[in-house]
Amino acid sequence: MNYEFGLYVFMLAAFLGFELIRKVSPLLHTPLMSLTNAIASISVVGAILISGEQGASTLSRVLGFIAVVSATTNLVSGYLITDRMLKMFKKREPNRK
Amino acid sequence: MNFYHLLYLLAAALFILALKWMSSPATARRGVISGEIGMLMAVVGTLLRHEVFNYEWIVIALLVGTAIGVPLAILMPMTHVPQRTAISQACGAFASALIGTAEYYRQYPRGFVMAALCIEMLLGFLTTTASLMAFGKLNEMLPSRPVVYKGQNFVNLGLLGVAIVIGGMLVAHPENTVLFPIFVGLALIFGVLLIIPIGGADMPTVIALLNSYAGLSACAMGFALDNKLLIIAGALDGSSGFILSIIMCRAMNRSFTNVLFGGFGQLATSSGAVESRPVRSASPEEAAAILEDARSVVVIPGYGMAVAQAQHKIRELHDILTKRGVDVRFAIHPVAGRMPGHMNVLLAEADVPYDKLIEMEDINPELGMTDVALIVGANDIVNPAAKNDPTSPIAGMPILDAYKARTVMIIKRGMSAGFAGIDNELYYMPNTLMLFGDAKTFTASLVKEIGAAVGV
Repeated sequence: MNYEFGLYVFMLAAFLGFELIRKVSPLLHTPLMSLTNAIASISVVGAILISGEQGASTLSRVLGFIAVVSATTNLVSGYLITDRMLKMFKKREPNRK
Repeated sequence: MNFYHLLYLLAAALFILALKWMSSPATARRGVISGEIGMLMAVVGTLLRHEVFNYEWIVIALLVGTAIGVPLAILMPMTHVPQRTAISQACGAFASALIGTAEYYRQYPRGFVMAALCIEMLLGFLTTTASLMAFGKLNEMLPSRPVVYKGQNFVNLGLLGVAIVIGGMLVAHPENTVLFPIFVGLALIFGVLLIIPIGGADMPTVIALLNSYAGLSACAMGFALDNKLLIIAGALDGSSGFILSIIMCRAMNRSFTNVLFGGFGQLATSSGAVESRPVRSASPEEAAAILEDARSVVVIPGYGMAVAQAQHKIRELHDILTKRGVDVRFAIHPVAGRMPGHMNVLLAEADVPYDKLIEMEDINPELGMTDVALIVGANDIVNPAAKNDPTSPIAGMPILDAYKARTVMIIKRGMSAGFAGIDNELYYMPNTLMLFGDAKTFTASLVKEIGAAVGV
């Protein structure tokens, strides 16, 4: 009964997510959204599995290829812009207070 | 247990740490790095799996995605962060939806797996079109005013209902391939219809909600592919988007259903009579003189500041006033701008120290003791009608109590109403000065005036 196990994992991760996000300062809500948006591009894992499978049909290949491209776009731009934003928040403290 | 299982486990732990470290600006960058390493581990682990052959196309796809993603992140101006988030969300959700499609045609699964796939595709496809619509509205390629028609909610909910029923039929009879394109089409159309009635002011809530959907779609994929890492990462994103949209709703004192189905703002200004009431306006010289004499100034930025790209000039104003010994702070309303935290990012970009950005609950008690409240491109979030007029569409929405300040200055292009389309009492109050002009140009002349007086 693997699905049951999966549902437990989901439940725990969702509660953990709620607790973690609640602690995030509103100051960082935009970077937080880009970060979680980037984390959601974990679907790249599924995309790689679909397109890389041996004996995959042409349809799977094509869909998989497009999926890997768009998930990677989401992934790369998500992480880069989050970092770009946080860099701006970061450089405050030492010189000015 | 294979090696990749270990990498997946570590990746999940790193994602959790990434969110934990996001809680404070001091550790936030560590959080991003942790998330990046986690994602790298997930990708490498997947590539190492023995099920994966045919590396060429995967590598090409990864490179193409990187080639699109890098300029998207580097070249995007900070004022366009909401748009970027929307388009990026569309990409992620589209990937998830396509994987569901491929998986369906691969094995026509039954039962639980098919149900998970249906949820994945429904959320994936609707988030794709909805995010593209949101992108269009945010980028002003589409009208940002809500478009409503009679029976809209009935049509939308009906369409969603039909999609769910067809999804159910597919779960029962996956080999019924005729239904599949209909299911996909309905999900795509529903995404478009969902955003049509959403106005600019509701964008923060909707962007957050779509973020949640994209995560839940990845999560459903995790169930279909029996992959715990996808379930965990998807659930983290799902809960984060969900919480943010709840925070946004609360900041507007509205319910979820009201945001999604309320068609907020279509009321527009009902009467032209109010418009003709007298307002007091001031020139840059007069305004500069008042600012110089103030002891405390609270700047209240809104979406108008982003549109006018005035954040750098505002920072100059902050610098020159601070140099004169004026206490300058910024009051940030949770729904100011077009996405959660939008104003903070813009002001951080302009080098405003983040300890000067004060949240609504903390600044409100102090606004009564403030000499000048300077409102830049904000409207509904300072509208006293939210408190005084129970019939107002924004009644009950928590606002920044700018009206309590000794002098209220409002930089504004003209007398037009805000995105909610509601007239603002604040403009007509005796202690209010309207500063008519473009936010950037006007702030620049304020800086010049004060600079001239100081002799800089």
